Amino acid sequence: MIKPDLVCPAGTPAALRDAVDAGADCVYCGFQNATNARNFPGLNFTPDELDRGIAYAHARGAKVLVALNTFPPAGKFELWRQAVDGAVARGADALIVADIGVASYAAEAHPDTRLHLSVQASASSPEAIKYYCREFGVRRVVLPRILTIPEIKAIAQAIPCEIEAFIFGNHGLMLEGRCSLTNYVTGQSTNMDGVCSPAADVKFEPLPDGGMASRLGGHMLDCFGAGDKAGYPTLCKGRYVAPCRSEPYYAFEEPLSLNLAPMLADLIHAGVHAFKIEGRQRSRAYVQKVVAAFREAIDDVSDGRAPRVADLIGLTEGQKQTEGAYKSKRWR
Amino acid sequence: MEQARAPEITLGPVLFHWPAAFMRDFYARIADEAPVSAVYVGEVVCSKRSPFLDPHIPEIVERLQRAGKKVVLSSLAEVVLPREREMMSALCRLQNCEIEINDAAGTYFRAGSPHRIGQYFNLYNERTLEVLVRGGATHVTLPCELPRGSVASMAARARELGVGVEVQVFGRAPLALSARCYHARAHGRVKDNCQFVCGDDTDGMNLKTIDGESLLTVNGVQTLSHPYLCLIAELPDLIASGVNAMRLSPHMLNMVEVASIFDETLHRRMAPDAALSRLRAIVGAPGLMNGFWHQQPGGIYVM
Amino acid sequence: MAPLSGALQRLLARLARKIATDNPSVFDRIGPHVATRFIIDPVNLPIVLYLEPRREAPVLRAYLRSNAPQSDAQIAASLWQLMRMIDGEEDGDAMFFSRDLKVSGNTEAVVALRNALDDLDRPLAEQAAAQFGAVGRGALALARHIAARKPFRGAQP
Repeated sequence: MIKPDLVCPAGTPAALRDAVDAGADCVYCGFQNATNARNFPGLNFTPDELDRGIAYAHARGAKVLVALNTFPPAGKFELWRQAVDGAVARGADALIVADIGVASYAAEAHPDTRLHLSVQASASSPEAIKYYCREFGVRRVVLPRILTIPEIKAIAQAIPCEIEAFIFGNHGLMLEGRCSLTNYVTGQSTNMDGVCSPAADVKFEPLPDGGMASRLGGHMLDCFGAGDKAGYPTLCKGRYVAPCRSEPYYAFEEPLSLNLAPMLADLIHAGVHAFKIEGRQRSRAYVQKVVAAFREAIDDVSDGRAPRVADLIGLTEGQKQTEGAYKSKRWR
Repeated sequence: MEQARAPEITLGPVLFHWPAAFMRDFYARIADEAPVSAVYVGEVVCSKRSPFLDPHIPEIVERLQRAGKKVVLSSLAEVVLPREREMMSALCRLQNCEIEINDAAGTYFRAGSPHRIGQYFNLYNERTLEVLVRGGATHVTLPCELPRGSVASMAARARELGVGVEVQVFGRAPLALSARCYHARAHGRVKDNCQFVCGDDTDGMNLKTIDGESLLTVNGVQTLSHPYLCLIAELPDLIASGVNAMRLSPHMLNMVEVASIFDETLHRRMAPDAALSRLRAIVGAPGLMNGFWHQQPGGIYVM
Repeated sequence: MAPLSGALQRLLARLARKIATDNPSVFDRIGPHVATRFIIDPVNLPIVLYLEPRREAPVLRAYLRSNAPQSDAQIAASLWQLMRMIDGEEDGDAMFFSRDLKVSGNTEAVVALRNALDDLDRPLAEQAAAQFGAVGRGALALARHIAARKPFRGAQP
């Protein structure tokens, strides 16, 4: 039986050290620019910080994966080229790429560096995955969060590379890497600028009843009552009015998080090589708690024990969690 | 290097679940009356709809070809399920017709044989274009969020490589795809028992914000803009950038008239201002948008 | 708009300067928001903190809530929650999801400040306490003890 790698997020150098200390096998992070999909204010690594982060991780037996998982628009490829070269020069253990051009450059310029295919590439069939393996020698694919366990198993048997699957964190609804909703209302592109609902365009307005309205680019996303739980201020987590509904409803998804703690053994049997925790935008407190909890759970499962998973509901979006698409096709 | 061609007008695939009989009549009228040179036919959004349209495709293709139109078979933007993979595989085995690929499963199946790349494929830069052209791409439609400067860079490289470049210039902009069907969800169902409720909304289902602003349009697993993307005022700019095909995305509007307005404007028989007013009138309340091209919020109209 | 006078203000000013000197990288993360005026509002106390995280001359002052100055960005939560967040014991997003944390004004500035503080090697409260020796550490312990008593008595406006 494979003992999967635990792959953990780090938005800052401190979070990277915390993730390593809490038992991460791999930590993923990005540079402070549009070359990664969490290009948020105050987040990410300078080249020097990456240097020190990699040294810290390697000294403790952990690996560092650098996310270069956005799509350079024509005329701006140079920034991505520098990021690829910079990450390799600093000893990154793998590059997580989404764009065909970036993958092609990395494969050509650094044939010995491992390439992982980001979830942003939205490769959700064996053939799509095999395309990237054949063309660029991709060694691992991060699967979209839309597949059931039997589907993952079928894919694992049909592809020549490893599988990484999300087990905890933000529950992405739209096919990742194929969503222009943010650009539609803000002029900033998720694919090209690495932002999803950029904070600069988010406004929270107090309401007279103690509630709160959230807006993105001036458009209302949701109104929360005083006691309602909230989610990220994104268009896909907003509440809308439709002709066939009498009340506003979550047209795409309620605010909730993915938590696959109960299904770790199933995922291992399906052939998953790495478990990924989402959340480079989250704090050290989140990283410490979630990584420690899943470290223990994975060790339990690998040793044939029933996994104990600490209660993580307090950290989840909308304070609700789901097994999402992994559990049942009825999610679709 | 290929000779610079006069820009052409194309009709993209129908994104909505229109009744098959209506679809046949629609394409018959396009064949007879619309000044478009190429027509993309085939289900792009949802594989569950394909059994309705597929039996009629040979007849539609024949009808369009008889009228002198180039026909391209378009394909699914999302390939996940076994039946979807089968559909892609079968389409990619067709050697005697042009096909448009919207997902990397297609580039896997079709490697080495000629094909077009559709607007759902993440094609953002020159290097990606080079890779795709090496794999057999002969013509590409760019993602609609790509701004003017990047389109120009792409078109310049495409000309060197001898491939056509197409941009959507009319119709609601595709913004997102999901594995989940939002039409079914709105009606308290799931995708597997959707009962094809998306067919009730022939231009998609309107979503308003809580404070009453029409913002998005749901089309099954797809999310579209509420306003209609319209680059008629930007046509000179598009041509100067080297774009050589202008895509109209079909709606329950008089598409023959829409195509004629673009054709007249392209041939300088109609002033862009007049064309814009006419398109505004045709589209009505949802209005127009061109923000992506100008690197502004996509949903706004930049004068 | 006059701030409260006396020992508390001098203590806060000294604290801000000390933290700025010891953690220069924090300003790189705050980036363009070093000139932003923040109000940090412990909702169960009668005072609010006013912060301008300027690299060379950081400003940290206390005001009565009724007398708070103009600001660009506001962060409000109970004292207990704020201290836990600043200490890196609680996740800001989770506090936002549970509605224990309220953000208004310039959201980007708040996110940048939160991320910058989160990267500090030692929790801010400990740095503050260390600055004031044994007395400071005692005060911190007391403050945490008080903050943990929920609700804090007699402080709601």
